[in-house]
Amino acid sequence: MDDFSALLGGFQVALSWHNVGFMIVGVLLGIVVGVLPGLGGPNGVAILLPLTFGMDPTSAIILLSSIYWGALFGGAITSILFNIPGEAWSVATTFDGYPMAQEGRAGEALTAAFTASFIGAISGVLLITFVAPLVAKFALRFGPAEFFAVFLLTFCSFIGMGKDNRIKILVSLCIGFLLAGVGMDTISGDLRMTFDVAELMRGFDFLVVVIGLFGVSEIFLTVEEGLAFKGKKAAIDLKVVLRTWAGLPRYWATLIRSSIVGMWMGVTPGGAIAASFMGYGLAKRFSKRGDNFGKGEIEGVLAPETAAHAAGTAALLPMLALGIPGSATAAVLLGGLMIWGLQPGPMLFVEQKDFVWGLIASMYLGNVAGLLIVLATVPLFAAIMRIPFAIVAPIILVVCAIGAYTVGNSIFDIWLMLLFGVVGYVFKKLGFPLAPMVLALVLGDRAEDAFRQALLGSGGSLNVFWANGLVTTLVVLSAILLFWGPLSDLIGWAKGRGKSSGGASPSAAR
Amino acid sequence: MKQLFAAACAVACVTAAPAYAWEPTKPIEIVVPFGPGGASDQMARTLQGLIQKHSLSPQPVIVVNKPAAAGGEAMMDIQKSARDPHKLLTTSSGIYMTPLSTKMPVNWRDFTPVAMLAQDEFLIWAQGSAPYKTLTEFIEAAKTASPPFKIGGAGSKREDDLITFALGAETGVKFAYIPYKSGGETSTQLAGGHIQASTGNPSEEIGSFKGGTAKPLCLLSEKRMRYTTKVANDMSWSDVPTCGEQGVKFTYNMLRGIFMPGRVTPEQQAFYVDMFKKAVETPEWKDYLERSGLLPDFRDGKPFEEFLTADEAKHKELMGKAGFLPTN
Repeated sequence: MDDFSALLGGFQVALSWHNVGFMIVGVLLGIVVGVLPGLGGPNGVAILLPLTFGMDPTSAIILLSSIYWGALFGGAITSILFNIPGEAWSVATTFDGYPMAQEGRAGEALTAAFTASFIGAISGVLLITFVAPLVAKFALRFGPAEFFAVFLLTFCSFIGMGKDNRIKILVSLCIGFLLAGVGMDTISGDLRMTFDVAELMRGFDFLVVVIGLFGVSEIFLTVEEGLAFKGKKAAIDLKVVLRTWAGLPRYWATLIRSSIVGMWMGVTPGGAIAASFMGYGLAKRFSKRGDNFGKGEIEGVLAPETAAHAAGTAALLPMLALGIPGSATAAVLLGGLMIWGLQPGPMLFVEQKDFVWGLIASMYLGNVAGLLIVLATVPLFAAIMRIPFAIVAPIILVVCAIGAYTVGNSIFDIWLMLLFGVVGYVFKKLGFPLAPMVLALVLGDRAEDAFRQALLGSGGSLNVFWANGLVTTLVVLSAILLFWGPLSDLIGWAKGRGKSSGGASPSAAR
Repeated sequence: MKQLFAAACAVACVTAAPAYAWEPTKPIEIVVPFGPGGASDQMARTLQGLIQKHSLSPQPVIVVNKPAAAGGEAMMDIQKSARDPHKLLTTSSGIYMTPLSTKMPVNWRDFTPVAMLAQDEFLIWAQGSAPYKTLTEFIEAAKTASPPFKIGGAGSKREDDLITFALGAETGVKFAYIPYKSGGETSTQLAGGHIQASTGNPSEEIGSFKGGTAKPLCLLSEKRMRYTTKVANDMSWSDVPTCGEQGVKFTYNMLRGIFMPGRVTPEQQAFYVDMFKKAVETPEWKDYLERSGLLPDFRDGKPFEEFLTADEAKHKELMGKAGFLPTN
């Protein structure tokens, strides 16, 4: 097998001393970037890009892609410890990760998150290694109608699976769509709902809203509960890693399902964010312990993390094979490739064999290095939970504020974050789920754009949504997922076994 | 005008004397009105790299992306930063188009023009496997198409939208313009055959061109490009015929330049004019121009100001015809 020997050659390139050094530096930087909310993978990579112009392209991409791996790992840390998603794709990790930390199982949750990330990433790399050209072509079949159908599927898999009060889910979802509409509209080029306020032109940045809704509101709640902090008894030794690992094989089905969802969402540029929500939603539906989701179920950490990483990794595939960035970070790397004088596309695999296989080999090694580094830090991060909350809370608030500011270098965003903190607090008190609102905010405008682009092209005919096998399958699947929940409830009710299903479900509990 | 005249003089003086009347005292921020990875971002980061490499500035350069509201966010930021000599803005035609189409209260006359570095070209692209090879064949096929042919581009009421309108108006063919978020997304959609054509800069489509998923139908410029190095399929940029050669007279070029906030001193402006004068002479910049298929065209001072005035008037007229100006 030709490719296999090429891969071995790649390992040789990636395993040279200086490249391993770059890998470790990259992963460490990436973790920092991922932990700080707002900085984010794309920015981290963009900031360091100019430093690499003098480097040999292979070393440069190893350094930059390692930052990417590090950021993917790091995003989980603050989500689990403080309910603050460091990256957009770690929102779903907070649903069960944070309750686990509150129960004193922070070490377990972190280990699960990192291991799941690793499994997701490795499945993504395997995909790239063995079926690159084949799968890459698949991404091209996605036009506006197909994109809309993917977003619809994400919404439906997440919402139809929920067991909360459905009216409250709908309300939360609609508020999210409304917020997503603020700012410039791609299709008409007009400003909407900005009321001539310059700051609103940018729309509501997802991260600012999420930091407020999740992180800040959580601090308000804890303060109200008299600064009681439940994580004090957290055991901190490396044995927790081994104990958690021993329990993981039981969740093989969730891990495989999430890997597939993630790989698929990464290749079709649906992205890691959608993948993490979809992975979580599906796990909740199909798990035997689905009712426990949101109360600190380890499967609820494994599912979104695996999916997000599989997607994040698979997103590099269309970039390398076709020159199509599957994610924002991939777009920055793409710009970098061109500056180093490499032209992504099908020819890259032929003309720059050393580079491509060096990069692929570094994906394996970078993830192994990343896993070892983050696992070693588990006791360190879990120990943070032992610090009295009265000391930690102000620090968290400052980190939140810095994160919100970094997103757009704007003071206005800090106020916005606090405002959403209050909104999140009220929502939690009233039992409205936050997740649908966040989901609508992050994917709502993209879904709207895709819907309108599809109709512009078809001259207004809705037939475009069942014009071919792919889009029809997606739409039908969405409908099934959407009505599965209500229908099974209805059947249960008809059989006289209908129990009240309101109240404690993952998102409502948040 | 007087200020600019003084600036022009200052440039002359500066080139004569080794020491500068003013030098940056803290890091210089280049604000890019588009997201990371796009054409403007690549230009800013190329400049950042070569300014550092050739020590053209005593202070480091940082690139900041402010992509929201089609560049409006970045322009508002420069508007607010009057008198700040450590901020630069990369610009394209968006500097007039965004305020014109959205009535955003910004105007380039409130900023300080530093220099135009190059002009970007636009081409009409078709899917690599499409049956038509020339613009003429494409127009013929479009005439009878139902639903109308889809032409994709980045953003609404922007350059690509305007070109599609002008093409339709001149040939009498109806096209459906599909706005996407970025040039990269448009390129993917063209490669997948979801649109019949796209309008894009060379840098936006070069990947697909090399990979064979897109082919250029014609160049929307008076003259063919100068680059004769083979790019793809034994074609160089100079082999691409102009649209004029195929009977469509409309041409469109886009400036790529640098602005400063308003009310900076002539000495501060002169420092940057001089810095970019040196920057465009570096081999890295020349590589960048060829790689991105840009037309070298350095202008500063009065000629740049005249170019901006004329170009803005041209845009206003075209946008009025296309119905892109707000009516209320």
